[in-house]
Amino acid sequence: MTDESHPPAARDRGTLLKPKLSPTEKGARFFFLVCAISALGQMLLIMVFLFTEAGRLFVSLDGEKGVSLGEFFLSQDWYPTYPSPSYGALALVAGSLSVTLLSILLAGPLGVGLAIYLSSMAGRRSREWLKPAIELLASIPSVVLGFVGMVAIAPFLQNALGLPSGLNILNASLFLAVMATPTVASLGEDALSAVPQSVQDASYALGATHWETIWKVILPASLSGLSTAVILGLGRALGETIVVLMVAGGAAQIPLSLFDSARPLTSTLAAEMGETAIGSAHYHALFALGAVLFVLTLAFNLLAHYLGKYWRRKA
Amino acid sequence: MSVILRVRQRAPKAKKPKAPARRLPPWAWLPGLLAFLAPSLLGPGAWAYRDPNNLVVSGSTTTLPITQAAAEGYLATRPDLRLSVSGTGTGEGLKSLIDGLVDVAGASRDILPAEAKRALDKGVRLQRHALARDSLAVVTHPDNPISDLSLDDLYRIYVGEIRNWKELGGEDRPIVAINRDSSSGTFEMWLTLVLRGARYRRDAQTQPSGGGVAYAVGGNRNAIGYVGLGFLNERVKALKIGGIGPDLQNVASGAYPLSRELYLFTQDPHSGIAQDFLNYLQGPAGREIISREGFLPPPAP
Amino acid sequence: MLEAQKGFGRQRRYREQKLAFLAIRLAAGLSLGVMAAIIIYIVVNGVPALSWAFLTEFPRDNMSAGGIFPAIVGTVLLAVGALLTALPLGFGAAIYLAEYARPGPLVTAIRLGVANLAGVPSVVFGLFGLSLFVTTLGFGRSLLSGSLTLGLLILPTVTAAAEEALRQTPASFREAALALGANRWQAIRQVVLPAALPGMLTGAILALGRAAGETAPIVFTASAAYTLLLPDSIYREVMALPTHILNLATNSVHIEATRPQQFGSALVLLVLVLGLSTFAIVVRAKLRRGRQW
Repeated sequence: MTDESHPPAARDRGTLLKPKLSPTEKGARFFFLVCAISALGQMLLIMVFLFTEAGRLFVSLDGEKGVSLGEFFLSQDWYPTYPSPSYGALALVAGSLSVTLLSILLAGPLGVGLAIYLSSMAGRRSREWLKPAIELLASIPSVVLGFVGMVAIAPFLQNALGLPSGLNILNASLFLAVMATPTVASLGEDALSAVPQSVQDASYALGATHWETIWKVILPASLSGLSTAVILGLGRALGETIVVLMVAGGAAQIPLSLFDSARPLTSTLAAEMGETAIGSAHYHALFALGAVLFVLTLAFNLLAHYLGKYWRRKA
Repeated sequence: MSVILRVRQRAPKAKKPKAPARRLPPWAWLPGLLAFLAPSLLGPGAWAYRDPNNLVVSGSTTTLPITQAAAEGYLATRPDLRLSVSGTGTGEGLKSLIDGLVDVAGASRDILPAEAKRALDKGVRLQRHALARDSLAVVTHPDNPISDLSLDDLYRIYVGEIRNWKELGGEDRPIVAINRDSSSGTFEMWLTLVLRGARYRRDAQTQPSGGGVAYAVGGNRNAIGYVGLGFLNERVKALKIGGIGPDLQNVASGAYPLSRELYLFTQDPHSGIAQDFLNYLQGPAGREIISREGFLPPPAP
Repeated sequence: MLEAQKGFGRQRRYREQKLAFLAIRLAAGLSLGVMAAIIIYIVVNGVPALSWAFLTEFPRDNMSAGGIFPAIVGTVLLAVGALLTALPLGFGAAIYLAEYARPGPLVTAIRLGVANLAGVPSVVFGLFGLSLFVTTLGFGRSLLSGSLTLGLLILPTVTAAAEEALRQTPASFREAALALGANRWQAIRQVVLPAALPGMLTGAILALGRAAGETAPIVFTASAAYTLLLPDSIYREVMALPTHILNLATNSVHIEATRPQQFGSALVLLVLVLGLSTFAIVVRAKLRRGRQW
């Protein structure tokens, strides 16, 4: 990390020393280039497969009329296995967005709070074991979280709050928040720690309290990093599948209350793909859902990227 | 400039620990990768399912408990065999059977004309074997006072015309309708026999299996669901349909309205071991498994 | 003099600080506490289900008895297969990016690809695996398809960690080797790689933990609800711990009856994944501390 200046220097080395290129040298270089390009190629391949399979939903095949884009995006009717099927994704998109946004309402403040605690309040000792602990918590398998949500939290919510059912978007977003919090916290901590010590010292020298320094100096200075952290947490929650499959209840409707059940895009894919005949309209409709999911996460990633840039320019 | 300086300063220090550098076999993982990928390039056909001692059973999740238990029992008699059992749904199972990817496909309905045509186009003949009679039980929480509903009541609950138990003379509680996943054969049966093709209410929850429905209903006093008889347990109450309960007598006599036949499909001709497995299922051990799992075995030949 | 201090509202400001810190401590405590509670819940309920037989036997009686041996084996095989896929590609890409690449549109594109790949939801990898490996290439639902899918899933993580490790090897190492007349490849192979390899492998092990815990990508590419034997070829379906838990909890005939199996499997998976990650994190910390350059 302290060698920030080295890699470019190392690059100049080639032109300075002009080492002779042996066949091994050339071969190695070529091999590594192929590896690197394959990473890019894979991304393109995913897009190609996703969008071609999805696209077939919208064109006429085997004499069957294709689904119109309007129906797919604007209809709430997801009845893919009926003799006269409907493939309306609106309710599923609404399900995904509602659990994601709810979860980030929880994970955002909690994760940022945890990040502030780690970067500015915890002692060196506790930070040394807390940081890896948070990294560990981020790797708890989602199926384990979904399992706990189903077995322990759903009956609890149902009885404690007298709900029609404990499998609802509240339960799902609680566990998505558990998944997203470590992401937000560890990225947020990086952002907060990047604020130079000299800036903080200046704040103290002006008589500010510890909290005032955090609130008025460190937080504004790291806003770009923090917003990126929150949006990446959002992306993680949006793409999470198994938790919502197990605890969101699976009703394909636009949820209007915390206690309504929902059927997010991801859980629809997981529930239906395994039992769908490959190549059928339903199969292509599921790929279309996958494509929507892909575009949404890509949008979140880009948003994180540009918001980061925007704040940095403003600062 | 600074770069050159660095070389002079650090080179000896850097070289010292690294001089006896373990000679890293640089290509060591390449053969590994090739070995891993090469067979895939040759195509899986040769490896996949051509082993005469390998039996792949797939298809309906409803027949899964039977085929799974039967596979266990059968394998105890033939330890030299390989068997894999999975539940992918009837449609996918039949498709895999036509494609030759599985040997035996469980089905919770008869073959559809489109599937038969597909088989014909591929030049594959299919053979149907009666497996068992399955019935759907409509279940609620044991504490729910309702114990008898008509098919019309069920229709109105599932399309959303009735939303509270009190409309049926029960408690003042919202009705939580639970569906099976819409790709399942069980849902298809519900769609035909109860919904009669109508669209179910949007807020109906879904569960991926009969076990899941039974579990969800058993834990929720507001809920109603439907499961195969094999999934009934003490945590749920099976309702009568128009006064007729889903007991073995009513099912066998055909009086109970929510019944269907389960089948196993194979290609015709099929392998000796597939036939052997079918014989096992139709024999006394198989019949016992079928009843134990809550289905009605076909009448003895 | 005192007047001036009071004038700045010291008491109020410190009260504000106390409140704010209390809130932050609560947030930190709550989030860590919830996660700890989840782990404790699984451990407390899972330990009674564990036994030697549970770890080494096949499931019996519709999964309500017996063990989870094939699921453990399947998960290990899938994770190893994923690593075999991701390691060569990821390390190769990292070596290119760290050692050879000069800034340009190609490198920007590659970096963009890797970064976006890391954000793609795992279920989309599952769809991709289904479409490419299972269907188009005809591998079927198999260990091979699942390993390749998981391998692609962890590729960005492996690449990023390996590149980071390579970049932390000081330029002076390369320069020393080059100064001694080594060519670029010799310098990388004999000097840079041995120094960076532990770091690269640690990153890979962290990714391995992630692969072992993933459910969505293998649901349609690799996993069988039940196999009676261990796989003897890469074209077999395998059982895996995450899908086993999912199946038992949502798909078994009598969900309550298999509850001990579910908790036991969840505990084994948790120990496996957290164990791998802990191992990698500890090794990484040791590496960072022990580094002298």
